Amino acid sequence: MRPVLEVTDLGVTFGGVPAVRGLGYAVRPGEVLAVVGESGSGKSVAAAAVMGLLPRGARVTGSVRLHGRELIGAPARELDALRGRTISMVFQDPLSALTPVYRVGDQIAEAVRVHQRVSRENAQVKAVELLELVGIPRPAERALAFPHEFSGGMRQRVMIAMAIANDPDVIICDEPTTALDVTVQAQVLEVLKTAQRETGAAIIMITHDLGVVAGFADRVLVMYAGRPVEVGGVDDVYYRPRMPYTVGLLGSVPRIDRQGGRLTPIEGSPPSPGALPPGCPFAPRCPLWVAACDESEPPLYEVGEGHRAACIRWEEVRPADAADLAGPAGTGGDGGDGGEPPAGPRERHRRTVLEVSGLVKDYPLIKGAVFRRRVGTVHAVAGVGFDIREGETLALVGESGSGKTTTLTQILELAAPQAGRIVVLGRDTSRLGRGERTAIRRDLQVVFQDPLASLDPRMTVHDIVAEPLRTHGRRQPGRRVAELLALVGLDPEHAARYPQDFSGGQRQRVGIARALALEPRLLVLDEPVSALDVSIQAGVINLLGALRARLGLSYLFVAHDLAVVRHLADRVAVMYLGRIAEIGRIDAVYDAPMHPYTQALLSAIPLPDPARERSRRRILLEGDLPSPADPPTGCRFRTRCPKFRGELTDDERGLCVQVEPDVRTLGEDHGAACHYAERRVVV
Amino acid sequence: MTLSQEELAEELSDGATTRVHSRLRVVAGRFFRSPQGIAGFAVLAAMFLLAFAGPLVTRWSYTDKDFTAFLQPPSPDHWFGTLQTGADVFALTLRGMQKSLVVGLLAALVSTALAALVGAFAGYFLGWTDRVLSWTTDLLLVLPAFLVLAIMSPLFGAGQWALFVVMLALFLWMVTSKVVRGMTISLKEREFIQAARYMGVPPVRIVFRHVLPNLSSLLVVDATLNVSAAILTETSLSYFGFGIQPPDVSFGTLIADGSRTATYAPWTFWFVAGLLVVTVLAVNLVGDALRDAFDPAAKRAR
Ligand code: SF4
Ligand code: SF4
Repeated sequence: MRPVLEVTDLGVTFGGVPAVRGLGYAVRPGEVLAVVGESGSGKSVAAAAVMGLLPRGARVTGSVRLHGRELIGAPARELDALRGRTISMVFQDPLSALTPVYRVGDQIAEAVRVHQRVSRENAQVKAVELLELVGIPRPAERALAFPHEFSGGMRQRVMIAMAIANDPDVIICDEPTTALDVTVQAQVLEVLKTAQRETGAAIIMITHDLGVVAGFADRVLVMYAGRPVEVGGVDDVYYRPRMPYTVGLLGSVPRIDRQGGRLTPIEGSPPSPGALPPGCPFAPRCPLWVAACDESEPPLYEVGEGHRAACIRWEEVRPADAADLAGPAGTGGDGGDGGEPPAGPRERHRRTVLEVSGLVKDYPLIKGAVFRRRVGTVHAVAGVGFDIREGETLALVGESGSGKTTTLTQILELAAPQAGRIVVLGRDTSRLGRGERTAIRRDLQVVFQDPLASLDPRMTVHDIVAEPLRTHGRRQPGRRVAELLALVGLDPEHAARYPQDFSGGQRQRVGIARALALEPRLLVLDEPVSALDVSIQAGVINLLGALRARLGLSYLFVAHDLAVVRHLADRVAVMYLGRIAEIGRIDAVYDAPMHPYTQALLSAIPLPDPARERSRRRILLEGDLPSPADPPTGCRFRTRCPKFRGELTDDERGLCVQVEPDVRTLGEDHGAACHYAERRVVV
Repeated sequence: MTLSQEELAEELSDGATTRVHSRLRVVAGRFFRSPQGIAGFAVLAAMFLLAFAGPLVTRWSYTDKDFTAFLQPPSPDHWFGTLQTGADVFALTLRGMQKSLVVGLLAALVSTALAALVGAFAGYFLGWTDRVLSWTTDLLLVLPAFLVLAIMSPLFGAGQWALFVVMLALFLWMVTSKVVRGMTISLKEREFIQAARYMGVPPVRIVFRHVLPNLSSLLVVDATLNVSAAILTETSLSYFGFGIQPPDVSFGTLIADGSRTATYAPWTFWFVAGLLVVTVLAVNLVGDALRDAFDPAAKRAR
């Protein structure tokens, strides 16, 4: 079959700085090509160049041929005619890609009418059909709604409907699921597959998520520093990578099917496009580096059937499990073991550092800008309880709207909760005086999600790390600051710099150093690695694991990424709509989850393993999270529960509808809030 | 933890020679590394030196009158010439500069400080603090500043210039304060402020340590503009005879007088005007350099 889209030697420069260099690929009808890379690798710029959507300052060279027709340098009118008809795009953020003031149905109809001669009515009918195809319930009714009335996942479905409205031959998806929760991601990927089946289009999928790629793509192109470094069939690239960067990337992904332990991060950070190293761009971070690597940039060698890699030593490159590429302690000094969660039963004699029981938090729901009136109550947290013992890590996981962040803020405020009890280090927060609260803050520290936002941009790193020390009465913090920076693997000489001068991973290390300054006993980690690229993320996860072992810390770890949790936590609490659905030892919960929600959640997480990914059966949840202002009666999960819908008899359902289940202990340190809980293996 | 790093940490904790990289030092260092900062600072320092040490090298004082020279152009005897009254322009200019520099800079600093404090406290604490402070701000905003100053002018007689500074400042800060309040409210939501709160930093210290430094660009620009504004307000007040009272002089009174004779006796006007321009320029240079020194994102030579 002839390729629909052929890209050869594509280059993009912005003001002389190269963003994409020598990119080439071809896609055939019905094929899925994944373009994988970390932020700054040029993957999105390349897609925009293909679509002709780059800003004026960009210089594009090379060739992009669609059905043999050259697109680069083609007149704007011709491009407009092609865009949306033959080639279409799905963006990461669907809200900004939809016009807020038009009804969704009209926007799709408009997309149809721009390229096809159909009447307004027929276009409307087509729009409703498309909405049905992408799985929007009650499509005729929903077509009349405005974009903001849709949830993120539903909006992305609308975008897909628009993208396939004219039966395109190529669909470019730029991080289509990055902004979505995992269960919604699974739904949207499913819709994309349907869309592809209907249209027979080729899909170019741009993403950083190696798990999504494994189950979805036929071929993979890995980009690094603006250029392709490995291309091949998905199995070849995953099981027989020939480029050390790919190996490193695969090794640094946390996986839900592997027990804790160390990840292998890639040392250093990607080069800036303005200052590329002379030879191989990966050379400064490469474990296989030899002097010859710096001589010239390696071309793409043919390393197998349809498999090419840009490494002069490709014959020696082995997958991460076969040979430990990172070598001993090759992690920039955050290593050591201790990442292993302690096995065996929970040690009951250890002291409890945090105890939460029956925690409730409501927010008033206010409408109107001028006349503000209360129209309802959002039950953000509705009776949550758990405890953390000394030296233990509890992960609080859940999707957006699950109430995990509210729970966290409630604990950090150290104020009396609306209802329930919070006991931090043996002190009830409702009976704390001002002095006592300050004293507890010494022992309770936080690491935030976004390191750039949580570090005062106007302070030097020295002042940032010294702040807790000064606050709690230490006059000469200089020496301790240097110690702390060294502890988290930073050069103490860099203390005079500002946070902006560091890379994302280093900034998060500064955040960790600040949190450790007072030698706290309980560290609250709020999504500490979700803002970081995978290769960097692994280093920080390892660091956190090592520090816990070394300093005897307890962690309360809030995350939405269940794979990261598996590597760091001893116990996990899964939250759904303000309540705990399942709680228990990490192995127990991951290996044999009992609550239908946990089962769906775990099965929705893609594994970076193509063969397993293809054979896995997903438990797909239907619909969206109900509004926390108006939760369902009885079990909160029943509106989406696959068990409720598919397996239970009407009598059994009655219990789900009427009685809200509480967490019942069903095994050693393992409990679930479901009337009909039973173990099931889903990973 | 690799071994080398552990050793490193140990080494550091043994040696007492850890350099401190606190903000103050870094900002000062960066300020004095920028050519603008050095130039502005040098000119300002020279102006102060001239204003306060200058009178020592001339034999005329600003109250003296030379009855042998009325309205004479610059000469070795009178470096800047003389006025119609026979007063020495050089001596007068220096005296005026003393007043104007002090009044301008002080009024600007006081008003910006007031704006920053009121705005930041109102914005950070909200509630009652905010209501009281905002109400005061609004009240001052609707008072006709010029009129009040004019009515109070008899009080600014001999030696009362400090009161004049305060009154000038009192009518310059309100708009900035409103801006500061708004920015503080949005800053308060930022994570690093939350971080400081969870660390147990007392609220007042958060305002001084995190809120105000993050508004420093705005505040420095505001202070720079206020210097000009204060000098010009003082000039216009003095022009109508309400500002600095004779026999004392300021740039304002001098320019007012000089402008009448500027066409046929340019020395009575241009020296003062020139020095005023140089002062304002120097203040602006210092302002720019300070803003860049505070702003870590600004380009800098490393
Ligand atoms: S060419 Fe050399 S530096 Fe580049 S990836 Fe291969 S071994 Fe590493
Ligand atoms: S209680 Fe019923 S509805 Fe709720 S999770 Fe269990 S089976 Fe599903």
